[in-house]
Amino acid sequence: MNPDTFKIGQREFSSRLLVGTGKYKDLQETAAAIEMTGAEIVTFAVRRTNIGQNQDEPNLLDVISPDRYTLLPNTAGCYNAKDSVRTCLLARELLDGHNLVKLEVLGDQKTLYPNMRETLIATEQLMAEGFEVMVYCNDDPIAAKELEDMGCVAIMPLGSLIGSGLGILNPHNIRLIMEEAKVPVLVDAGVGTASDAAFAMEMGCTGVLMNTAIAHANNPVLMASAMKKAIQAGREAFLAGRMTKKAYASASSPLEGLIN
Amino acid sequence: MQIRLNGQPYTLAESASIVDLLQQLDLTGKRLAVEINEEIIPKSRHAATLLQANDQVEIVHAIGGG
Repeated sequence: MNPDTFKIGQREFSSRLLVGTGKYKDLQETAAAIEMTGAEIVTFAVRRTNIGQNQDEPNLLDVISPDRYTLLPNTAGCYNAKDSVRTCLLARELLDGHNLVKLEVLGDQKTLYPNMRETLIATEQLMAEGFEVMVYCNDDPIAAKELEDMGCVAIMPLGSLIGSGLGILNPHNIRLIMEEAKVPVLVDAGVGTASDAAFAMEMGCTGVLMNTAIAHANNPVLMASAMKKAIQAGREAFLAGRMTKKAYASASSPLEGLIN
Repeated sequence: MQIRLNGQPYTLAESASIVDLLQQLDLTGKRLAVEINEEIIPKSRHAATLLQANDQVEIVHAIGGG
């Protein structure tokens, strides 16, 4: 069997579980959970360095090494195109020219729903700056197509609100997006537990990006293991092709040779 | 002279470079990015770039996020 890999831009990956690094108890737990997921792509945020605090504390990039993982800086916390682009430029400098980013331009604090107008503006500017953009977006198939046409290397519609754990609330829209997309479609946000992740993969998504579902589990490392398996199980089920649903029973044992 | 560093007033010597500033902050060798007045200053220019009074300086790093 050929290895079941996928490409984002020119980069090739085999793990379909992409993870965030937020909300963990400490960096040790972050590192242990992410190691357990088997993720190859790991996202992080860019923030001001604390001035005057203990600078000997370990940095995120000390435990999530750029040599080992494909780092995906994100623009979480940005509410307009200008701040998002600025954050991406800083991230590229931080990572010595690495140009893959996760664009997320938020609409409001209550929902963290994407602001699509600003997302489109930022995408255009990031393309002009030579970035490869994986874009967090709403589950609108028209907007998703527009983002792909602009050159985004991955479309990442939300399953439900960031950090909500409500699962994939509109699978029909995600399917519509996948039908049209020629670049990978990954569910970003909303996964709450392993079955949500498996469900996304059974639908045929290229992958799933999650953070809170692992970080806020009672046992993050164990949930990381569950998610890894769920992603693999869902992917294999998709490739295998599920049986057709039927309204009535269909016996699993042969009807011939019954003893009476 | 006074600059604004990550949104706060900060005092440093006249004609200090970015390298000097990072040293003063005990940040030498850390993974970070520096912006002056909303313009990124690449690492290769940290030594040669001198800070001016009232410069708006941002120093950022990677933190956990999803």
